[in-house]
Amino acid sequence: MTALREAGYIMGRELRSLLRQPWWIAITLVQPIIWLLLYGALFKKVVEIPGFEATSYIQFLTPGVVVMTALFSAGWGGMGMIEDINRGVVDRFLVSPARRSSMIAGRLLQAMLVILIQSVIIIVLAWIVGARFPNGIAGIVVLIAVAALLGASFGALSNGLALLARREETLIAVMNFLLLPLTFLSAAFMQQSLMPSWMQSVAEVNPVNWAVQAGREASLGGTDWSMVAGRIGLLAVLLAACSAFATRAFRSYQRSV
Amino acid sequence: MAVDGHAIEADGLVKTYGKDVRALDGLGFAVPVGTVFGLLGPNGAGKSTAVKILTTLARADSGTAHVAGLDVNRHAAEVRRRIGVVAQKSGVDRELTGRENLTLQGNLYGRRGKGLAERVQELLESFGLADAADRIARGYSGGMQRRLDIANALVHDPDVLFLDEPTTGLDPEVRAGMWREIARLTEEQGLTILLTTHYLEEADQLASNLAIVDRGKVVASGTPEELKGELEGDAVIVELAVVPDEGAAEAAVSGVSGVREVLAEGRGVRARVNEGATAVPVVLAALESNGMSVASVTVSRPSLDDVYLRHTGRAFSDADEEGVR
Repeated sequence: MTALREAGYIMGRELRSLLRQPWWIAITLVQPIIWLLLYGALFKKVVEIPGFEATSYIQFLTPGVVVMTALFSAGWGGMGMIEDINRGVVDRFLVSPARRSSMIAGRLLQAMLVILIQSVIIIVLAWIVGARFPNGIAGIVVLIAVAALLGASFGALSNGLALLARREETLIAVMNFLLLPLTFLSAAFMQQSLMPSWMQSVAEVNPVNWAVQAGREASLGGTDWSMVAGRIGLLAVLLAACSAFATRAFRSYQRSV
Repeated sequence: MAVDGHAIEADGLVKTYGKDVRALDGLGFAVPVGTVFGLLGPNGAGKSTAVKILTTLARADSGTAHVAGLDVNRHAAEVRRRIGVVAQKSGVDRELTGRENLTLQGNLYGRRGKGLAERVQELLESFGLADAADRIARGYSGGMQRRLDIANALVHDPDVLFLDEPTTGLDPEVRAGMWREIARLTEEQGLTILLTTHYLEEADQLASNLAIVDRGKVVASGTPEELKGELEGDAVIVELAVVPDEGAAEAAVSGVSGVREVLAEGRGVRARVNEGATAVPVVLAALESNGMSVASVTVSRPSLDDVYLRHTGRAFSDADEEGVR
């Protein structure tokens, strides 16, 4: 109970600082829209490829953009941690009785809240331009949940790396190395069976692809719920592992101060 | 608090970073409850490392440390509840207002509701931040941010307060104001304070007990008066009109009665004497009669600067620059 309350305080702090940055708000809200419309237009003809099963590319794309947005939105969370390290805020928190796990959990809750808002914007816009979600609200909820699980995992990874590296350059390099390639090695933009076979094999072990598969399966109908449950299970394990890593990273950080 | 009346006890603390940097080399000291204790030393002497270990942020390689009677390794969580920490670098949340900073800090110590709101208001008022309470801390001056740091450290009514270089980088006037605040804290609230500083004057003003730290070790400790008393006598500093012949000034002054030591360098002659007032005319006469005319003379009580010089063999300001480099 105390742990949850602590995480809530940290989340409140993060949200307060973000809401005071108008540019951050504007970009956070507009970016997913740009992605949806840009990729939607760029890859429009993909549906004409023989063997492509979906008829509306924007509908096919929507779960992919929801997942990608979550990944990119939370994946940079470590930058805030580095800022806090440099500002002495992390040290102040570490000599308080607050739990290390709450300091990570609070940041992840904030990231998931932002993901929720961005996802709703994307889904509403997609609906306006013609995408339909046969499983209704339930499917959409599962889509947003898997996106949030994936985002939180990469957010935790990013925060842990921030504590280990403590340099923005390092974090930027690692995250650039991971985020975009993992997105393109998933079925976010392209039906998995039409990807080159080596990419299909990589996608099987790519967490971004797990989220895309589960989110698309749950929201676009004809759903194999046991597949969705399996992917959610994998993502939950990933989140637990990444959160444990981030919490442990405080020890390494404290050895170096 | 502590069984033996010590709020802080450090014994044989050793801390190395990597292979080459030995930040602490057997540091030990004890701070009686309710006093202000000064750790004085140049930059890089190991003061901040000591504070990090005592406040549970870092771990010593060896040695023991107790705060409020509790071992900092074994009872870190309980120690954290009992201490307030003002780090060398401000830990203010720049995107939050002063009031939000204090409220969050209280929350992290498990305080909330009306009791916390009242405590926050009380601190804002007593640290002169009431008018700026609802402004974003980014816009605060350096002095205001430092006062907010101290207020943050006091939200949960700690028993022991750590102030790591609280006035570094502040203007002289702001620094004097900060000294009054710190003095008030011990007088009114009976807090035990560990203060680190590389300002001799600050240690002299605030601390009832001092340890002089150099290269990770305590080289001298006691009250400021005791430390200065060890030196016995006053310093007479003479500036000559021209640079004398090698050894001439020493030869002229060292025979004078009441003079203990003489050191000449360039145009300056520094003599340690039993009593300044009676020695000055005799020293001056000795120099003049040997053909050295005097441009100026000053007499000073021994300062911590002299103590530092004596115990480390280096002038304080030189050591300080070395540490910065």
